[in-house]
Amino acid sequence: MYRYDELDRTFVAERVAQFRDQVRRRLAGELTEDEFRPLRLMNGLYLQLHAYMLRVAIPYGTLSSRQLRMLAHIARRYDRGFGHFTTRQNIQFNWIKLEEAPDILADLAAVEMHALQTSGNCIRNVTADHWAGVAPDEIEDPRIWSEIIRQWSTLHPEFSFLPRKFKIAVTGSPNDRAAVKVHDIGIRMHRNEAGESGFEIIVGGGLGRTPMIGKTIRDFLPKRHLLSYLEAILRVYNEFGRRDNLFKSRIKILVHEIGAAEMARRVEEEWAQIRGGALDLPIETIAGIAAQFAAPSYAPQPRQVPEIDALRFSESAFAHWLKTNVAAHREPGYAIVTLSLKPEGGPPGDASAAQMDAVADLADAMSFGEIRVSHEQNLLLPHVPRAALPALWRALAALNLATPNAGKITDIICCPGLDYCSLANARSIPVGQRLTQRFNDLARVHDIGDLKIKMSGCINACGHHHVGHIGLLGVDKNGEEFYQITLGGSAESDASLGAILGPAVSSADVVDAVESVVETYLAERRGGERFLDTYRRVGAAPFKERLYAAA
Amino acid sequence: MSTAHANLQILTANRLADGAVVYLTPAGTWTTEIGRSVVAREEKAASALLARGQKDAEAAVVVAPYLIAAVQGAGGPRAASLREQIRAAGPSRPVADAVAAAVGLAYP
Amino acid sequence: MPLLKNGALIDDRWRRLADEDPLPGTDAVIVTLARWRADRALAGRGSPLGLALRNSEAVQPLAGEIQSFELVALEFPKFTDGRAYSQARLLRERLGFTGELRATGQVLPDQLLFMQRCGFDAFEIAKGAALEAWRKALASFSVFYQPTGDGRAPVNSLRRVIGSRP
Repeated sequence: MYRYDELDRTFVAERVAQFRDQVRRRLAGELTEDEFRPLRLMNGLYLQLHAYMLRVAIPYGTLSSRQLRMLAHIARRYDRGFGHFTTRQNIQFNWIKLEEAPDILADLAAVEMHALQTSGNCIRNVTADHWAGVAPDEIEDPRIWSEIIRQWSTLHPEFSFLPRKFKIAVTGSPNDRAAVKVHDIGIRMHRNEAGESGFEIIVGGGLGRTPMIGKTIRDFLPKRHLLSYLEAILRVYNEFGRRDNLFKSRIKILVHEIGAAEMARRVEEEWAQIRGGALDLPIETIAGIAAQFAAPSYAPQPRQVPEIDALRFSESAFAHWLKTNVAAHREPGYAIVTLSLKPEGGPPGDASAAQMDAVADLADAMSFGEIRVSHEQNLLLPHVPRAALPALWRALAALNLATPNAGKITDIICCPGLDYCSLANARSIPVGQRLTQRFNDLARVHDIGDLKIKMSGCINACGHHHVGHIGLLGVDKNGEEFYQITLGGSAESDASLGAILGPAVSSADVVDAVESVVETYLAERRGGERFLDTYRRVGAAPFKERLYAAA
Repeated sequence: MSTAHANLQILTANRLADGAVVYLTPAGTWTTEIGRSVVAREEKAASALLARGQKDAEAAVVVAPYLIAAVQGAGGPRAASLREQIRAAGPSRPVADAVAAAVGLAYP
Repeated sequence: MPLLKNGALIDDRWRRLADEDPLPGTDAVIVTLARWRADRALAGRGSPLGLALRNSEAVQPLAGEIQSFELVALEFPKFTDGRAYSQARLLRERLGFTGELRATGQVLPDQLLFMQRCGFDAFEIAKGAALEAWRKALASFSVFYQPTGDGRAPVNSLRRVIGSRP
């Protein structure tokens, strides 16, 4: 993974000093809140429902064990002992004091981390496939490009006061696990006819109030042009993005209003002026970054691991876990393991400081010291020898991190909701908890199969409900919490936005409603159809009928 | 609902330095306990509370003061809306309990 | 309005000419784009001329005319409106403008470095502003991650030079 050099360390130290001074000026009354707010937002510090909330950047979801231990330390020392992993691969701490924020940043800087640009109208954390570097279907590690973009976007003087926030995601695989089609810029690596790898550039995707699937404005961009092309897009957005209406200021609205063809034309016109210039990426620069993401020194592994077969027969929970939470690795004999942060009754996506420390130790023992964070709010160990799987499973089970539900109905993506967030209209976590309790039978969960429930507590859609197979949106109806159900969304290569099923259901009814939707799927499915396949084949009518018939 | 209770408002904000949720007291100080907040019973009094809050915001004591609807409870005023109840008391029961259970677990 | 230039507060020799006011003899005046387009007399004027561009007015169409101006003033109506950063870079790096590039509007110390990196070299700042905050702001970073027209070497070129990366 990327290691800071002296320049990076100097930069982050300067940043800590700058922020420390900005906080000092604020506390002394030398800066008003209006002047300070964009400054603290550019440092990921929100004034939230209960206190200040700090969103720490985890670039493209990759962490070292040392960094994870520091996050545990921050949770313990400055917060209430836990952190929340987000749908942009970051971590949030909910109980932060402004006067301690500079010290937190100093602690983060000591392990090559920061909270820069995790909020504000600037370029945010660049997210990537959480299987980057280890997925069998990968063309090239997307984190190389994510890191290049991260550096270019860091305190970019021209693009720090955009019309609105700006989110970029990168996938290096034809199977998109980074939701690139619902980002402001989505970057998909692929090969052209000559076999060269390059980028498809997709612009104007997004969720929130007006969800949209992104439009391709360039089919194939050679790699050396990546930064100049992005600069052209950002410049067009900075100039033409709407600033008159907060709800119409994302780039997706600009693309929607002028059309993809005109957007492409403006970008290409600007790009023609700057391509091949100072932002051109020479081979040496790319190679220097790529070398940081070289594979670890994998050791030869035995072809069979008898212990796995034995344990699979004796422990059904292990058998389930092998099927759901262990994925094939590009290196023979290794596996990608998902550590579910969605245990029964747990707040989805949260990890305690003790769990973080334990995972850091497991990473050192079994994953070359590396951990990943997925936008589905789980942790992963990306380099586990299969021979270590039984011991790992036992250790995870003791930590309540072995729930065998990756990609299944109880692997719910869930925003913090009204329990933590001042933007929310309804609580989301308790609904998530009740869903994991209702669907706690493992055999049933596995029978239901691949099913992504995504839940947001408000229209800002931080829970990505628009792209859930089942989406739940919390709304306020006369002071009561209600939940609107959408079906058929997908964040993958077959991206689609969910359609509203019918009237919102009450908090008391929402878990039953999800059960009704599941029952309809089970009744209608043919062969090995997943939920999404069945929905796309039969449409909303059978689901509507069963859910609303009794009403 | 009696109209005598219809217009009760209290002033809330966050303490600037530590972000704690606070409420204005009759003495003009800030407390974390909503039950001790001063209650405005009509608009003029509410505006006066807001003005006091804005002065303390300018003095860098609190940030983002605003009025919220309140109801009288046995132990003093309570927040009327779910959002402000959660803000006053912390995350709701099922969440707080689950978090406490998870955080309380030590591992060998 | 105090004018910050080259690290010091200086007297401003320029003044804004309202669109409806007659052209003064030899004063250094700043005119709007609308005035420039409407008033033929400006082109032949011997005395210094400045252009005030709104942040909704495009820079590139001015390529052939920019040399008529010794100064261009750009605007940050609110400091959160960042369009002038792009305008500044285009003026410097695309149009090759070498005159005074002035930031006006809500100009605050915490954005000074961004502005300077985009090509601004003069800043209309609030009355009573402490010079120290401005000086400190300009010195807050020594490492920069992206090339602009400001002449500073961004990290990637430094890395090639000092060999900290291949």
